[in-house]
Amino acid sequence: MPPRQPVMPNEDGTYRLELRREERALIAAIVPDLRSLLADDPGDEMLTRLFPTARPDDPDAEAEYRELVRDELVSKRLARLDIVAELAEATVLDQEQLAAWMGAVNDIRLVLGTRLGVTEDDEFEETDEEDPEAVARSAYWYLGWLLEHLVEASASEL
Amino acid sequence: MTPPAPVEVAPTEVKQPTGDTDVRPDRPWKVIVWNDPINLMSYVTFVFQKLFGYSKEKATKLMLDVHHKGRAVVSDGPKEKAEMDVFRLHEHGLWATMEHDD
Repeated sequence: MPPRQPVMPNEDGTYRLELRREERALIAAIVPDLRSLLADDPGDEMLTRLFPTARPDDPDAEAEYRELVRDELVSKRLARLDIVAELAEATVLDQEQLAAWMGAVNDIRLVLGTRLGVTEDDEFEETDEEDPEAVARSAYWYLGWLLEHLVEASASEL
Repeated sequence: MTPPAPVEVAPTEVKQPTGDTDVRPDRPWKVIVWNDPINLMSYVTFVFQKLFGYSKEKATKLMLDVHHKGRAVVSDGPKEKAEMDVFRLHEHGLWATMEHDD
């Protein structure tokens, strides 16, 4: 069997999204978790990677930058999580919706990767049932696979 | 002609502008993207193409610089432009900083 292509461009400029039931269930379960964490506690250390430091050399300039962009970085992320939640069962996405999926999936990976302490040398392994983070780890690898395909489909429009 | 000063005069100290007091408006800033273990190589390349309009080749080269050398300068310009670029990179989850190009 050829490798599965979950995201394919249609001729009319939209994209076909073919995901299995359990994949959609995973996304529908994770998105509200990240949404409430972002909305209620954007300073949580699990979210560090969503708000990188812009001016490591200058604490005053950094504080100013944060003040300026923090709310917008939160609201843009919430908006794309909402689009994915709404379209968790969608089989066709327009370009804007595809961009929202890509951004949201990347955000979720950043947060899961932070939680799992992922390093450059980590490679995919079959999930060990003893691992207390088995669910998060398999979600992390799954979302990496999905993101590759979301990027590939998006890049076809550049 | 100016006659010699009748007494020894200490030269006036001239304060050199330092750091942020330099307000040359066109002073270039560099936007740097740093390597991280989570973002996918394909995603980073795509973001460079989308945000900066770079060709696939240029975006791939920058991504590989980030990956192998730990960092790459992805754009430069006046402060406001650098800030906007950093913000857009942060919006896309990339680890970007900005610094003076001196």
